[in-house]
Amino acid sequence: MNNIAISFEHVSKMYQLGVVGTGTLSRDIHRWWVRDVLKKGDPYLMIGQTNDRSTKGDSDIVYALRDIDFDVPQGEVVGIIGRNGAGKSTLLKLLSRITAPTTGKIKTRGRIASLLEVGTGFHSELTGRENIYLNGSIMGMTKKEIDRKLDAIVDFAGVERYIDTPVKRYSSGMQVRLGFAVAAFLEPEILVVDEVLAVGDAEFQKKAIGKMKEVSQGGGRTVLFVSHNMASVRNLCNTGIVLKNGMVDFKGNINDAIDHYLATDTVVSTDLIKDGIKMKQSYITVKDIRINGTDKTESDIVNNQEYMEVYVSGHSEMPFKGNLRLRFRNMAGVPMASFSPGHYNGAVREFPKGDFEISYKIALPKYMAQGDYLIDCILYQPRTQSFFEAPGCMKLHVHGSMDDTCIFIETRDEGFAGLEVLQ
Amino acid sequence: MKHTADNDWDLIIEPRKRLLSIDFAEIWRYRDLFRQYVKRDLVTVYKQTIFGPLWFFFNPIFTTIMYMFVFSTLAGIGTGDIPPAVFYMSGNLFWTYFTTCFTTGQTTLTANQSVFSKVYFPRLVAPLSGITSGFFKTVIQVIPLAAIYIYYVAQGVPMRFTWEALLLPFLIILIALMGLGFGLIVSALTVKYRDLNNLVTFGLQLWMYVTPVIYPVDITSDRTLSLLLKLNPLQGIFTDFRYMITGMGHMDWPGLLYSTLFTLTILFLGIIVFNKQERTFMDTI
Repeated sequence: MNNIAISFEHVSKMYQLGVVGTGTLSRDIHRWWVRDVLKKGDPYLMIGQTNDRSTKGDSDIVYALRDIDFDVPQGEVVGIIGRNGAGKSTLLKLLSRITAPTTGKIKTRGRIASLLEVGTGFHSELTGRENIYLNGSIMGMTKKEIDRKLDAIVDFAGVERYIDTPVKRYSSGMQVRLGFAVAAFLEPEILVVDEVLAVGDAEFQKKAIGKMKEVSQGGGRTVLFVSHNMASVRNLCNTGIVLKNGMVDFKGNINDAIDHYLATDTVVSTDLIKDGIKMKQSYITVKDIRINGTDKTESDIVNNQEYMEVYVSGHSEMPFKGNLRLRFRNMAGVPMASFSPGHYNGAVREFPKGDFEISYKIALPKYMAQGDYLIDCILYQPRTQSFFEAPGCMKLHVHGSMDDTCIFIETRDEGFAGLEVLQ
Repeated sequence: MKHTADNDWDLIIEPRKRLLSIDFAEIWRYRDLFRQYVKRDLVTVYKQTIFGPLWFFFNPIFTTIMYMFVFSTLAGIGTGDIPPAVFYMSGNLFWTYFTTCFTTGQTTLTANQSVFSKVYFPRLVAPLSGITSGFFKTVIQVIPLAAIYIYYVAQGVPMRFTWEALLLPFLIILIALMGLGFGLIVSALTVKYRDLNNLVTFGLQLWMYVTPVIYPVDITSDRTLSLLLKLNPLQGIFTDFRYMITGMGHMDWPGLLYSTLFTLTILFLGIIVFNKQERTFMDTI
């Protein structure tokens, strides 16, 4: 078995929560006494608990990673996915030797380079050229190596004009490009990448993705890639590891891993939309309300989803005229789009006394931007009165549309949706 | 069998290393980074300044003038046969380098936090490059000292280099390593217990006044007091340094031996503490 590039053997990592300082001296002394004098096990190793952010444990020591045990064959591109706090970054930090594991061993073959953050160690007073040398050396390159690659790095970063200017005069985008360019020419056997692709402009992102593909496809290098962006993970990786509460929840083919993750990990809310409704007219009651196929307050719009359903049923003691209206707001609260049949002059429907049901399929734009949106839902008679209001009743995670470069349309660049050519 | 033998792996990441292991081969592999760090320290000092590298001279010159005014003129503390300017400037030169090394060691973990939290390299490269760039700055500061020295010799003051001056490089290494060792110990403690930082500033100030920076070692004739002063591991180094370059005073061999042993112990402890901290300090900082 000589083709294993990385091997995790029962690796655990513990962290102490809360304030480090008060009590640590006495704890240090206690630990030293028990472990080194009495020769017993570490007294604080036994009380660790599963790292579940939302539940309050009775110990202030948690496992960020627990008994991680897997092998990565050489040349494999592994996507590491999981919710925030699942241990993804800790795993990469252990591998890039920024922090040491509490127990277990990690064995590797070949040079490891980590792109945990590009431009590490840049000094703002030094010029671009000087920083390439400094940053390159920090990443483990020799001066000779950098001499040889200097022109290619400058070219890749696209900063020829500024190469002898201090980097403090660079735009933040230029700094990122320069940093990534240095990292891209490291040529390690094992590359560790954490969400660096979130920065830089679209043109540069394409370059960066291209470089990552090149690294992963040619030359049989091993890549560990952490991202929340399922599409780029799917596009770049061939195997996936799903982490959950610091433990390996699933390992296998990347598509299966993503499916597993989406199936088990996306809907985190158990609150009901119905509980967020404010009734405005006492003669109307709502029995059931579902948006995007769920009565919970969070849901996902996946890539290529064509429509979104909204369904309301209830009872009215009086006949009424009205219709549904949905509004999409970004997380800052700015309205991005709205749905109401016919809009202002709209199709107002008449409902008799008794039970009523309203349901629509809302056509979604093909190129919807990635991001989270809040949905306001109201039942109203336009320009007259509202029957119920449910502001921010659902948080919608739009995975976003993606083209073949696997770059998402992002809300901050493109707004809510991409427009199309008239067919 | 899944777990192959340990020896065909390039790297094994484990919970704890032995306390006194320094991977010299690894540090040597990172010599280019060492060079880059030294260069960065020297170049960035005078970027966007009017006087540029001249700033390296200002500190020793103005400190010496101030010492001459306060300690020599106002307080009337004698400097033996050595002219006050030469005495203060040479003392200040060594003391500045000592504090530089101390601060380098002490701030290694905190000052490099942003880099250490993202990339791995042998952490000792950072403090080692710090004391090296400090050394070059000190060498530059020798120029004003040399100028004054030559002036006084031309005036007929009988100063000369003794043969013991061959040991100068050794003294400088002692100063650097002692400063670094103390700094590393303090650093590892201040990462966890931040309030120690306040003590350190105060402690350094006190330390300067028990070190023969501004007064000659034979200032007191009280036996117990001078014995107490001799406990200061810097005492021998300062006395010997002045003797080597002026031929005045005396060579304190026992003091030098004491300083050497002290430095080795402190450095040894410093590296143990630093090794213990460096791999997990990112969790506690």
